[in-house]
Amino acid sequence: MFDGYTSSELMSIFAMQGFAGLSLFSVFVLMALGLAIIFGQMGVINMAHGEFMILGAYTTYLTSGFFQSYLPGLFGGYFFVAIVLAFLICAALGALIEWLMIRHLYHRPLDTLLATWGLSLIMQQAYRSIFGAREVGVELPEWMMGAFQVTDMVELPINGLFVMIIALSIAVGVYLLMYRSGYGKNVRAVVQNRPMAEAVGINSAGIDRATFALGCGIAGIAGAAFTMIGSTGPSSGQAYIVDTFLVVVFGGAQSLIGTIVSAFGISQAQSTMEFFLSGSMAKVLTLLVVVGILMLRPEGLMALKVRR
Amino acid sequence: MKSSSPMKWFTSREGLYYLALAGLLVVILPLALDPFRLNMVGKYLTYAFVAIGLVMCWGKAGILSLGQGVFFGLGGYCMAMFLKLEASTPEATAIQSTPGIPDFMDWNQLTELPWFWEPFHSFSFTLLAVIGVPMLLAFIIGLAMFTRRVGGVYFAIITQAIAAILTILIIGQQGYTGGVNGITDLQTLMGWDIRSDAAKTTLYFVCVGMLFLCLFVARFVQNRKLGRILVAMNAQENRVRFSGYDVAAFKIFVFCLAAAFAGIGGALFTLVVGFMSPSFIGIVASIEMVIFCALGGRLSILGAVYGALLVNAAKSGFSESFPELWPFAMGALFIGVVLAFPNGLAGLYQSYVMPLEERLFKRKPKIEAEPAAEPEATPEARKPAVAATEARDYDPMIEHYSPEKS
Repeated sequence: MFDGYTSSELMSIFAMQGFAGLSLFSVFVLMALGLAIIFGQMGVINMAHGEFMILGAYTTYLTSGFFQSYLPGLFGGYFFVAIVLAFLICAALGALIEWLMIRHLYHRPLDTLLATWGLSLIMQQAYRSIFGAREVGVELPEWMMGAFQVTDMVELPINGLFVMIIALSIAVGVYLLMYRSGYGKNVRAVVQNRPMAEAVGINSAGIDRATFALGCGIAGIAGAAFTMIGSTGPSSGQAYIVDTFLVVVFGGAQSLIGTIVSAFGISQAQSTMEFFLSGSMAKVLTLLVVVGILMLRPEGLMALKVRR
Repeated sequence: MKSSSPMKWFTSREGLYYLALAGLLVVILPLALDPFRLNMVGKYLTYAFVAIGLVMCWGKAGILSLGQGVFFGLGGYCMAMFLKLEASTPEATAIQSTPGIPDFMDWNQLTELPWFWEPFHSFSFTLLAVIGVPMLLAFIIGLAMFTRRVGGVYFAIITQAIAAILTILIIGQQGYTGGVNGITDLQTLMGWDIRSDAAKTTLYFVCVGMLFLCLFVARFVQNRKLGRILVAMNAQENRVRFSGYDVAAFKIFVFCLAAAFAGIGGALFTLVVGFMSPSFIGIVASIEMVIFCALGGRLSILGAVYGALLVNAAKSGFSESFPELWPFAMGALFIGVVLAFPNGLAGLYQSYVMPLEERLFKRKPKIEAEPAAEPEATPEARKPAVAATEARDYDPMIEHYSPEKS
């Protein structure tokens, strides 16, 4: 498939497609972080994760509308308010869902998958009834428009760059929370050995709820960031959910670094191949390679080494 | 457990359940419904095949496959390819730039039939492929996954990814597969017009017949030692392994069995509906198939048939009158079945209707006095709630302290 390209042309194609893949990478990282926390911590498959993300996106949409009508002077900063709101709303809903539904199903992981799928259907239809089936987009503040000109061929849109910065800073934040805080220590203790963690006085049910809420909150932030690079429709979340699960599983379910590495690998592979093949074949090939590797190495790229 | 004789089996309780289903499908529905509705029921029945497969695979053996649509679709596409080739005779397609190939290939500038279409000129090959292709794929997936002890949630996600891959592939390769429209405009099967009302009624009865065949195969498997090993594997995989059974082989077997059922269902679907398209294969379609099985009762093969019929009937009913309500109902169904009655309709029947039946049967000691004919071998038919909760109860000691768990 490389026939007819010189090596310098190939280099710039790779660079260009690489940058194009970065926005996909940001979405993957943002979605996969929340999923990885929930899946790694509790073994729960949250099929409604995409819908939590869309909830964050709609929150951002409403916030931008509010700022436009009532606080036009502060419009440039609405996004930061929206991020906080999206996090809080999604986390609150996540905690509620955990309390109503998930906590009854911890010993039946396959059933959580079905129940959260039901939840996702309900949430999607609710969005459709409230916001309409049409996709909505937010108006970007002025400072987010435009692009950096890096070289003649390569230019970086500021909104894409901004989303990537958000993705990376949240990844760092999650890392600090998980590995440098008391809460994170408790979470890791529960992951590694639940009965033992309970025996030393960790409230594992509380940890579960907080973790689920945190994962959903991060999905909300992902949704807020998502509005910067694409428009939002009721079923936008579902389009990403399978890819994101593969990202999480491929990276190794309990490894944050693995999640980021696999998000990077998958998004770059897909984006690079899209140049040479059709979009659908690029996706098919990427997924096939990922599934193939997972069949050979089911624990993922970077498995947490624990004795069980 | 063997039934002592066919006659006795038919008057046993289990036999009566089968008779009731047969009566419903063969007598009541054909009399009560017009051919159009009956054809719709036939369509729902093709989903029941998938649901029966899921009962064996998920309910009994605990392997949740979210990619049953793949096997359903493969079976369906095999049949559709045969029918399409039959419909694309050089005479019928004389206006095309290349006569004799399916119309969508001509639209996509293909000038000759792709090699993998060639064998589908033969009907016997098609019948073989309808079962063989899904089973082969299931065997490959199963071999790769189960021998590496991939199970549970990971397996579910990977099968889901495979459903996504196949859908994207079919949609992307328009010239070879008909793309997003699927393979349409199917007319005759070996010269027999499948679009007439009479043919549709005949096909309905073919569906019913095949369904009972599959039911009996499933019943045969579940009542042998094989079925017990499957259930045991679900509850305590390592104990089964250490008793000397090759767990992976049993899992591959039951996964292939479910795939074969789904393939048969898919082929009949193509015949009954008259076309096949990627929308019946994808992630959403595949996960919906799980709810057919879950609603009917994940441990009951008869329940699965009722589940498929009810969910699909409700779906068309809702979509005709309140399309915007259907996703809510479907979502509530998923959550409700999982949270409130994990054993589905069969479980409800068990706890509420059976006691009544018990009292009724007591007054007729003639039937009651046949312990041999009691369906002892189907544990779920006697005490499903107990058996199922025992199998699924969370035991932290086993989960965390079993030394063999790696």
